[in-house]
Amino acid sequence: MSEQPLPVVEYLKVPENGDPYLEGYKCDACGATFLGERSVCSKCGARDQMSTVTLPNSGKLYSYCIVHRSFPGIDVPYISAIVDLDDGTAIKGNLINIEPDPEQIEFGMAVDVVFDDALGRKDKEGNSYLSYFFQPANG
Amino acid sequence: MSDAYIVGVDMIKFGRFPEKTVPQIGAESALMALDDCGLTIQDMEALYCGNLGQASGMVGQRMLQQIGQTGIPVVNVSNACATGATAFREAWASVKAGLYDCVLAVGVEQMGKGLLGGAGAATGIPKEGLLGSGTMPAVFAEAGMEHTNKYGTTFEQFAKVSVKNHHHSTMNPKAMYQIETPLETVMNAEMISYPNTKLMCSVNVDGSAAAVICSESKAKELGLMSRAVKVRASVLTSDPWQERDLVMPDVNSCTRKAAAAAYEMAGLGPDDIDLIELHDCFATAEILHYENLGLCGDGEAGRLIDDGEVALGGRIPVNVSGGLLSKGHPLGATGIANIYEVTTHLRGEAGERQVEGARIGLTHVIGLGSACGIHILEKT
Repeated sequence: MSEQPLPVVEYLKVPENGDPYLEGYKCDACGATFLGERSVCSKCGARDQMSTVTLPNSGKLYSYCIVHRSFPGIDVPYISAIVDLDDGTAIKGNLINIEPDPEQIEFGMAVDVVFDDALGRKDKEGNSYLSYFFQPANG
Repeated sequence: MSDAYIVGVDMIKFGRFPEKTVPQIGAESALMALDDCGLTIQDMEALYCGNLGQASGMVGQRMLQQIGQTGIPVVNVSNACATGATAFREAWASVKAGLYDCVLAVGVEQMGKGLLGGAGAATGIPKEGLLGSGTMPAVFAEAGMEHTNKYGTTFEQFAKVSVKNHHHSTMNPKAMYQIETPLETVMNAEMISYPNTKLMCSVNVDGSAAAVICSESKAKELGLMSRAVKVRASVLTSDPWQERDLVMPDVNSCTRKAAAAAYEMAGLGPDDIDLIELHDCFATAEILHYENLGLCGDGEAGRLIDDGEVALGGRIPVNVSGGLLSKGHPLGATGIANIYEVTTHLRGEAGERQVEGARIGLTHVIGLGSACGIHILEKT
């Protein structure tokens, strides 16, 4: 079993020293960014032009829904959110620390990416995981 | 190239048939479509069979074991919720190419109940409810809320789609449900993923639909032209790259691309269409497709549903079958069931829900992932 929590997805990086961060792949030919490793750009088709970039920890809410029915064992309601990070990369996750109420949620609102334990979920080996979440930006 | 015609088409009444096998369910509509044109399985030169749940299970061949093993080529097709339309299109293409003069296309599905999508993880821990939701009601709620973000479309406007389609289904004896659902009933139903309530989600049902396609010369030779419906356009697209498509499956750009190609192939525009069966897998989705198919300008879809333009009797009736919301959505069958509905109107045989004077109709399906199939049909 790992001493350190494992990253919930491969594009979440957890360095031994330093803060966790999200990593994207950017096409040096056309500028498109992607979550997850790849060697060919699906926007322009360029090969071997990908380089890794550290994604910003802030963005704006683009779309969302409020999930009231999910699978057994999953706490509801929660907000499933699509966020445009400040560099334009789109990412999906839970929006937390705000009421799951459409009256309270504004399109375009500034959000921060925060890192925390993956809601207590563990794999078969008992490993803990680190996940990312969105929350309304401070100030 | 010869034109291709639908000469026989039918669907079973959608429902839940756990006691039957998938090939048995498919065989029913295949025989009905053959009966519709008075042909037999011996007249069919090829079979194109669409099914998702048993995509590796040779469903087409097993269906022929039920209705006649004539040794014809069988192509089994799987393309998410565009599966039926894809099977139909492969059948159409084989006739257009001159390979065959008379072929059969079947779409069939046997579904469980409950949420689709967002299931467990192969490795690590489940991501559902941790990194947002991958369930279909949530994904299409997010697609609808994108429209709300851009144009201010309301929960009530989305809900009106469901009111309309459930009303339409009261006139369709082959729909799973024939129940009126007033606006307050739709809006107060169990919330699944805001803004989609339970009555704004398509119904998981078992079903099948089938079509017999002939070349023009064959249809004339068989004396089948009086009820034949011409396939004016058949288009299939995948999703072109979009900036958010890794996190937000894109049903819009593949539909727009398919619609533009279909209108060009048919040599007509949205104003020439008399009725449409489109992919209302969720009420939010139907609103998006009014604009994607060019029925109105961008941002005008909310007004279209408010003004009743898309209801039976309106300017351009949409989903008079009851749609996936009430007729039901057996994934692999839906694309051919839509073709059955439009063909039935073009033949003037739709009974109480008949779109008066319908001559040209359009069918549209989306398979998330994504695939879009559009057909334009005409009674000549």
